[in-house]
Amino acid sequence: MDAAVLEGGFADAARDSQSTFRAILSALSEPGTVHPVTAVAAPPAPLGPAAGAILLTLLDQETPVWLAPAFGAPVREWTTFQTGAPVTEDRAAARFAVLDTPDLAGFDRGSDAYPDRSATLILTADGATPFALAGPGVDGRRAAALPLPAAFAETWAENRALFPRGLDLLIVGGEGVIGLPRTTELLCTSR
Amino acid sequence: MTTYNFAYLDEATKRMIRRALLKAVAIPGYQVPFASREMPMPYGWGTGGVQVTASITGPDDVLKVIDQGSDDTTNAVSIRQFFARVADVATTTSTTEATIIQTRHRIPETPLSPGQILVYQVPIPEPLRLLEPRETETRIMHALAEYGLMHVKLYEDIAKHGRIAKTYAYPVLVEDRYVMDPSPTPKFDNPKMNDSPALQLFGAGREKRIYALPPHTKVISLDFEDHPFEVQRFTEPCALCGSTGVYLDEIVTDDRGGRMYACSDTDWCERVRAARAEAAE
Repeated sequence: MDAAVLEGGFADAARDSQSTFRAILSALSEPGTVHPVTAVAAPPAPLGPAAGAILLTLLDQETPVWLAPAFGAPVREWTTFQTGAPVTEDRAAARFAVLDTPDLAGFDRGSDAYPDRSATLILTADGATPFALAGPGVDGRRAAALPLPAAFAETWAENRALFPRGLDLLIVGGEGVIGLPRTTELLCTSR
Repeated sequence: MTTYNFAYLDEATKRMIRRALLKAVAIPGYQVPFASREMPMPYGWGTGGVQVTASITGPDDVLKVIDQGSDDTTNAVSIRQFFARVADVATTTSTTEATIIQTRHRIPETPLSPGQILVYQVPIPEPLRLLEPRETETRIMHALAEYGLMHVKLYEDIAKHGRIAKTYAYPVLVEDRYVMDPSPTPKFDNPKMNDSPALQLFGAGREKRIYALPPHTKVISLDFEDHPFEVQRFTEPCALCGSTGVYLDEIVTDDRGGRMYACSDTDWCERVRAARAEAAE
């Protein structure tokens, strides 16, 4: 095991996870707005510090996590050591997933009786495509530049049509975290 | 108080509650089950609200706690002191200064602003529970959005009393999907839930449920076209500050039928009286 696996966790677990959680909570409550993650986490590359902080805040032994192939052995070992979460290769079994491309296929979307038992996806991405957002958490309509391809609007519309079932998305970039709950209507405004 | 973890709850419990809160925000009005813990206060004293507040509060927050609108009743004072002690959080009685407001059965009269979080203490989160006692059945009813029973109940009220008799915990429909219990707030406060700029979180400790309303969520009180929803009206102003259009408490002043009506929201009442006094000088 690489010694780096043992490093890079929160210095103060209680306060760091609280501030990170509030950023995530605000992000999902106000879809499309960027919320900085200030707590310092240092996961192995290519996982960024903000994504690392989110994993430290939300994951534990009760939440199997799926990691995209781009995140190699050091990230997997770091995640399991720091959070206790089992890494799974089965998308359907994952409560959380860390993605580098917005591929939503195969993840658990919950049931009509228990729509809360769906996966939460954490997408690491940078870029800016103009979208317009509507739905709970948005006063009328909100313009936002999201690091998503224009065609993602259709993918998201399929997810939204399943409501109350559906996946929730956290987009993590250099600036912080953006939330996209299953209720958000997403329109691409560049086409 | 170094013997307790920050904000009393252990980190594993907070993580579990936080995950439930995120799903609650993602599915407005849906009750998310969570593994509610024993708290150092009895059920019915706000254990659900306290667990939610403990899971979100940080050192930068300013906490206000109200019980029926009042900052200085036993329940409000003890919860405020609890968090001042275990989370080292600043406390206030001012609605505008607070970042988190934990409430038992009122929404402040002062309009809330973006960024504020309102945490409700909820005794019975299931709006259908008194109509259908089986959890297995109410869960299916929510899954199918089958709310006929609730409409029958409201209709029976009209048949018996000539109006919908429910004055508190008046059921609401969230985003045209989930029927939700707004907690036992007077129906006077229901319109404030709709399109609120603040985030609203609901915690039911004994019943082990968390639910939420993100800002700017559509919250409609159930009614009929010929019996539209109405809030309580008061014939006289507050006896202390003279406010109208606010929710008033009836206070019995003697044993000969004497009574007065005063603001239920003590912060609002004090603020109005202070402004009056200033204007008079």
